[in-house]
Amino acid sequence: MSVGKIKFDKKIVLSFWIILIALIIAAPTLLPVFRLNLLGRYLSLSIVALGVDLIWGYTGLLSLGQGIFFTLGGYCAAMYLQITSSSEFPNNIPEFFALYGVEKLPFFWEPFRSPVFTFFAIWIIPALVAGLIGFLVFRNRIKGVYFSILTQASLLVFFNFFNGQQKLINGTNGLKTDVTQLFGQMVGSESMQRIFFWITALIVIAAWFFAKWVVKGRFGNILIGIRDDEPRVRFTGYNPVIFKTIIFSIAGGLAGISGALYTVQSGIVSPQFMTVPFSIEMVIWVAVGGRGTLLGAILGAVFINYAKSLVSEALPASWMFIQGGLFILVVTALPEGVLGWIQGDGPRNLLQRFGLKRKIETYPSLEINNKEGNNE
Amino acid sequence: MELLLDSLFNGVAIGSVLLVAALGLAIVFGLMGVINLAHGELMMLGAYTTYVTQLIFKLPILKPFYNSYIIVSIFLAFIVSGVVGILLEKTIIRKLYGSPLETLLATWGVSLILQQFVRSVPLAYGTGLVISLLIGLFLPTTFPSKIKESINFKYFKFSSWIFAALTGVLTGSVISSSVSKLSRASARNVDVTAPSWMRGQVEIIGTAFPKTRLMIIVITLISVIAITLFLNQSAWGMRIRAVTQNRQMSDCLGISTEKVDIITFGIGSGLAGVAGVAVSLLGSVGPNVGGNYIVGCFMVVVLGGVGNLLGTVLASFGIGIMTDLIGAGRLLSIWPDMPLPLSNTINFFATTSMARVMIFALIVIFLQFKPTGLFPQKGRMVEN
Repeated sequence: MSVGKIKFDKKIVLSFWIILIALIIAAPTLLPVFRLNLLGRYLSLSIVALGVDLIWGYTGLLSLGQGIFFTLGGYCAAMYLQITSSSEFPNNIPEFFALYGVEKLPFFWEPFRSPVFTFFAIWIIPALVAGLIGFLVFRNRIKGVYFSILTQASLLVFFNFFNGQQKLINGTNGLKTDVTQLFGQMVGSESMQRIFFWITALIVIAAWFFAKWVVKGRFGNILIGIRDDEPRVRFTGYNPVIFKTIIFSIAGGLAGISGALYTVQSGIVSPQFMTVPFSIEMVIWVAVGGRGTLLGAILGAVFINYAKSLVSEALPASWMFIQGGLFILVVTALPEGVLGWIQGDGPRNLLQRFGLKRKIETYPSLEINNKEGNNE
Repeated sequence: MELLLDSLFNGVAIGSVLLVAALGLAIVFGLMGVINLAHGELMMLGAYTTYVTQLIFKLPILKPFYNSYIIVSIFLAFIVSGVVGILLEKTIIRKLYGSPLETLLATWGVSLILQQFVRSVPLAYGTGLVISLLIGLFLPTTFPSKIKESINFKYFKFSSWIFAALTGVLTGSVISSSVSKLSRASARNVDVTAPSWMRGQVEIIGTAFPKTRLMIIVITLISVIAITLFLNQSAWGMRIRAVTQNRQMSDCLGISTEKVDIITFGIGSGLAGVAGVAVSLLGSVGPNVGGNYIVGCFMVVVLGGVGNLLGTVLASFGIGIMTDLIGAGRLLSIWPDMPLPLSNTINFFATTSMARVMIFALIVIFLQFKPTGLFPQKGRMVEN
């Protein structure tokens, strides 16, 4: 995938940032609470999309199981919120336990009393789980579609596990957060949601810079090397397993943060976040936005989700058709996504087609080589 | 002994559903390296075909033959899913050979569309559409070669598509006017009732076996035998095997790889349809029915190794038997006085969903030792 970067003027970049920050600060006053909440959710989804872009766009690992890490982060946040606001319930444990006759808090809930622990758990636990799964898979040089299938299967495993354990984590009903308290305020309240929106927006920007930092320099080059020709990377003396594991756990950590932010804004975390379609949707956000372009992942996540909510409100039945068509269209016609198309040769080719721009003449052999390089 | 037999039968029954579902997937994946996420939806189409066939056989003309509808529907399901599969290959998958991850995403898109299709299009017109596809795709191939080679063949092709469309609309409206259940779209699950000769149980060596389960095992057996014979004895089977082994070389030797791809994909999809018939006997049929099986099928393919039917067979029965052993907690009844922590663990996993968790863990452990499945393809390549 050749991504020709367009260099922007410094002034344009600066004004872009000023407008962006102004929009973020002003959004709560411009939008009604419902829409603001939706926008906040979609922004938090863009963090998981950034992770998908890191592993898929840069490293070539198509994970269909990012929902695992997303949900784990969500559960970490929800467990903390549930346990800190359970003082008036019997036995001082969250309300749902009473339904199943559980009187003692399961042991793994205990550390979530501490906000510091939770703060770290939200991203470290998913990252560790991702690292473990990744290491076990990559160690055996399982890659390509096998990797995708295994991640999908592990997603199903986690789903079954979380769905079945009523007595431990309320099973299929999930954990509610909107009626819990955080720092003396109701999490579902309007003022809290506004704060969450700002926090989300800040974290998205931070995650974006973090991801940019990750793919910059030698580490990023190795990732791209793994994507384009893994055996060559190995023969050059690098161990792809380590790099793949690291990037996969980074993506897992990002997914965890994203899940936690999404949970507090949607008011519930449940095993439904671990269903197969949701995790594949994450991939399509990146595919539409443009893989290998970090900004594309963010824009793809926000815009597709916004389109989804708008279309589903108007014509509920047609979204599935549109989404399915989108998958097919992006893969067959726009393999580099919208942003990749704009940054690459897309617009020029379009202009050429209408005769508005002269064709660039190259050596035929160059084009053939280029094509071969693009195959993967 | 009786317990063991019971457990074995249950395991084989679970395994045979997996096998018939994974068979098509394994062939397609082995030959073309294509991961078809729409496989589950092709199964769903097969299941719906059974339902439609059942309702049509309730019409007064066909009522005397009602008991045989399940046999007819196996063939119809094969054709319906096969035709949809061929269409899929011709329009989308062909463009994506060599990039399996892209195929995966595109076929997922197809599966979404198919799911929504059965929700929002009346089944009668769905049937009509399939019939017109069938005619449109196959009528031109039946013309004598004199016409095929003439310059005006495209007009023949075009007119046969028009004929196909008209026939499709006609059959659609005939079915929708005569079977009222099929004339309206609905997202609700439907039920296939087995004909009377398939209800009840059979006693073998003192143990009662449900007949539907036996029927599924028979269907699986026939499919496996038929596909093995086809691959090993027929000319096209030989070509398929040749292309699987070395695509470029086969192409050079004059095998039309394009045709081989179409045939393989058609057969793989058709087998999904047959699996759909089996699935429809097990429970109610809905738009999401395929999704329950797809991951299991993939696990079979991964475990069995690519391009090897024996691996697929062993893997699916292995998974089936293990599922039954763990899911029903049978180890406890075989060995009742095992130490407490062990029996607690077994009880913890003794549900269908937890059995899946356990099976997956076992598969991952297995792949640590044999990363390419039971029967890996031999070769000296560093990486393909």
